[in-house]
Amino acid sequence: MERNNPKGWLYLLPAMLFLGVFMVYPLIDVFIYSLEEGYNSASQTYFGVGLYNYAYVLHDPYFLQALKNTFILVVITVPLSTGIALLISVGLSSIRKLRELYQTIYFLPYVTNTLAVGLVFMILFKQTPYTDGFANLILSWFGAGPIDFIGGPYWAKMFVLCFYTIWVVMPFKILILTSALASVDQTYYNAARVDGTSRLRTFTKITLPMISPTLFYLIITGFIGAFKAYSDAVALFGTDLNAAEMNTIVGYVYDMLYGSSGGYPSYASAAAILLFAIVLTITCINLLVSKKHVHY
Amino acid sequence: MDYEKIEKGARLRTRAVNIVVYTLLTFWAIMVLFPFYWMVLTSIKSYGAYNSEWIPQLYTLAPTLQNYADAFTAVPLGGYFVNTILFTLATTAIMLVVTILAAFGFARLQFKGRDLAFTLFLSLMMIPNELVVITNYVTITNLDMRNTFMGLILPSVTSVFYIYLLKENFAQIPDELYYAAKVDGTSDMKYLLKVMIPICKPTIITITILKVIECWNSYVWPRLITDDQAYFLVSNGIQEIRENGFGRENIPAMMAAVVVISVPLIVLFLIFRKKIMAGVAQGGTKG
Repeated sequence: MERNNPKGWLYLLPAMLFLGVFMVYPLIDVFIYSLEEGYNSASQTYFGVGLYNYAYVLHDPYFLQALKNTFILVVITVPLSTGIALLISVGLSSIRKLRELYQTIYFLPYVTNTLAVGLVFMILFKQTPYTDGFANLILSWFGAGPIDFIGGPYWAKMFVLCFYTIWVVMPFKILILTSALASVDQTYYNAARVDGTSRLRTFTKITLPMISPTLFYLIITGFIGAFKAYSDAVALFGTDLNAAEMNTIVGYVYDMLYGSSGGYPSYASAAAILLFAIVLTITCINLLVSKKHVHY
Repeated sequence: MDYEKIEKGARLRTRAVNIVVYTLLTFWAIMVLFPFYWMVLTSIKSYGAYNSEWIPQLYTLAPTLQNYADAFTAVPLGGYFVNTILFTLATTAIMLVVTILAAFGFARLQFKGRDLAFTLFLSLMMIPNELVVITNYVTITNLDMRNTFMGLILPSVTSVFYIYLLKENFAQIPDELYYAAKVDGTSDMKYLLKVMIPICKPTIITITILKVIECWNSYVWPRLITDDQAYFLVSNGIQEIRENGFGRENIPAMMAAVVVISVPLIVLFLIFRKKIMAGVAQGGTKG
C-alpha cells in the first residue's frame, strides 16, 4: 500500500477548480469590491479605498426598509414556524393510523417550486376589480375585510409574506422534528407512565429536553434561512420589491447588482457582507443561549 | 367497580385527545393541500367563467383544458421546460462526476496534505451563497457567458456538502476490499467504478435527487444571468409569465402553467418519497 499517492490530487482537481473559481476567489473578491469606492463596472476603475460603500448602504432608505422587513419576518416566522411544527410533530408521533399519509402531505411544499406556488398564494390573497379573492371570502364570513393583501396596507402584505414563508419552511421542520421524536428512548416514557406522570409533565420534563438539540438546530437554521428570504417575496409581490415596500436584504443585494437599479457591485458587496455579519452575530448569540438550555 | 370507572375515564380522555390531534393534523393537511387544489381547480376553469366569479367558487361544473393549450402556445412554456431539463441534467451529471472523484480521493487514497485539504473543504460549507454570487455574476459577465448554458451551469455545479456525505459513505467500505483488488492488479479507477459506486448507490441516488430538486427550483442565479427568454428556466419563466405573459388577467392560463411546472417534481417525490425524505433529514437545508 503506497503511503503517498500524489495521484490523489488528480481526483480532487475538478472539485478544487470549481470551488476555487466559484467560491474561494469570489469570497476574497467580495471584500475587495466592498472597499473599492466609486467602482465603475463598465470601465472597471475605481477612485479609492475606504468604507464609503458601507456608509452609503447604511444610509440608503431602501436598505433600511429591507433591514426592517427582514427583521420583522425573522422575528415572526422563526418562533411561529418552529412552534407549530413542534405541535404538529407531537401530534403526528402520537397517532398510528394515517400517519404516513399525513407525513407525505406535509412534505409536499418542500418539492414544489417556490415561485410557482407563490403565484397561487398571490391569487388567493389578491383583491382585483373582478373579485375580492378567496382570503377575503373567508374574512367576510367573520364580517371583516375586504383587504387587499398584495397591493394594500403594509401589515397586510407582511402578513401574507410571513404566512407563505411559514408554509414553505414547515416541511423541513416537521420532518426533522418527527424523526427526533421517534428517536427518543421509549423506556423514559414507560417509566413516566409507571409513575403516573401527567402528559404535560412528560412532555416538558422528558420530550423537550431529549429533543432540545434538534429544536436548537432548527432555530439556528431557521434564523439563517429567514434572514436570506428573497424568492418568497418575489413570488408574492413581483420583481420590483422596493415599489411594494417588501424588499429583503438579499433582494437589496440583487437589486444593486442587476436590473434597472443595478450595476453597483460595490454596494451589493457591502450589503452582502453586512448581512453576513448580522447572521454571524445572531448565530453566536444563539450558541451562547443554547449552552444554558440545551441538553446534549 | 372503582377500577372500571377509572378505566372508562381514561378511555374517554384518550378519545378526546385523539379527536383534538386528528383535527389539528387534518387542519394543517388542508392548509398544505388547499393551494394545490386551488391551482388545479383554477387551471380548468374557463377564462370567462373565472372572471365572472365575484365570489370564488370552490368547484367547477364545466372543466376545460383550453388553458393548458394556451400555456404552451401563448407563452414559450415548452422552451422553459426544455431549458430546465437540460440545465438540470447537465448540472447534476457534472456534479456527480466531480463529487464522486473528490469523495474517492478523500476517502480512499493516501497523499500528503489530504486531511488539511479536507478541513478546508469543510470550512467552505459555511460560506453563504449570497456572498459569492456577486463576483460570480461579474466573472460570468466578463467571460461573455450571460445567456448561455455554460454560464448557468458552471457556478451551480459544486456542492461541498454532497462531497462530504459521499466521502463518509465511501469511508465505511472495509479496506480489505481495496487491498484484495490491489493484489489482483485492479486500478484505482476500476475499483471506484466496479466496487465503490455500486456499494454506495443509495447515497448517490439520494444526492442526485436532492440536486435535481435544487436545480428545478433554482431562481436567483438564472435570473441574474439570463435576460433572454430563450434561456429562461421555469422559475424565471413563471415570473415572466406573471409580469408580461397572457395579459395580467388571464389567471386560469397562469395556473395551468404553474400546474405544468409543479407536476414533474411532485411525481418524482411520490416515486422516491422515502429516499427524498431520508435524504433531506440527513442534509437538507431549506428552511
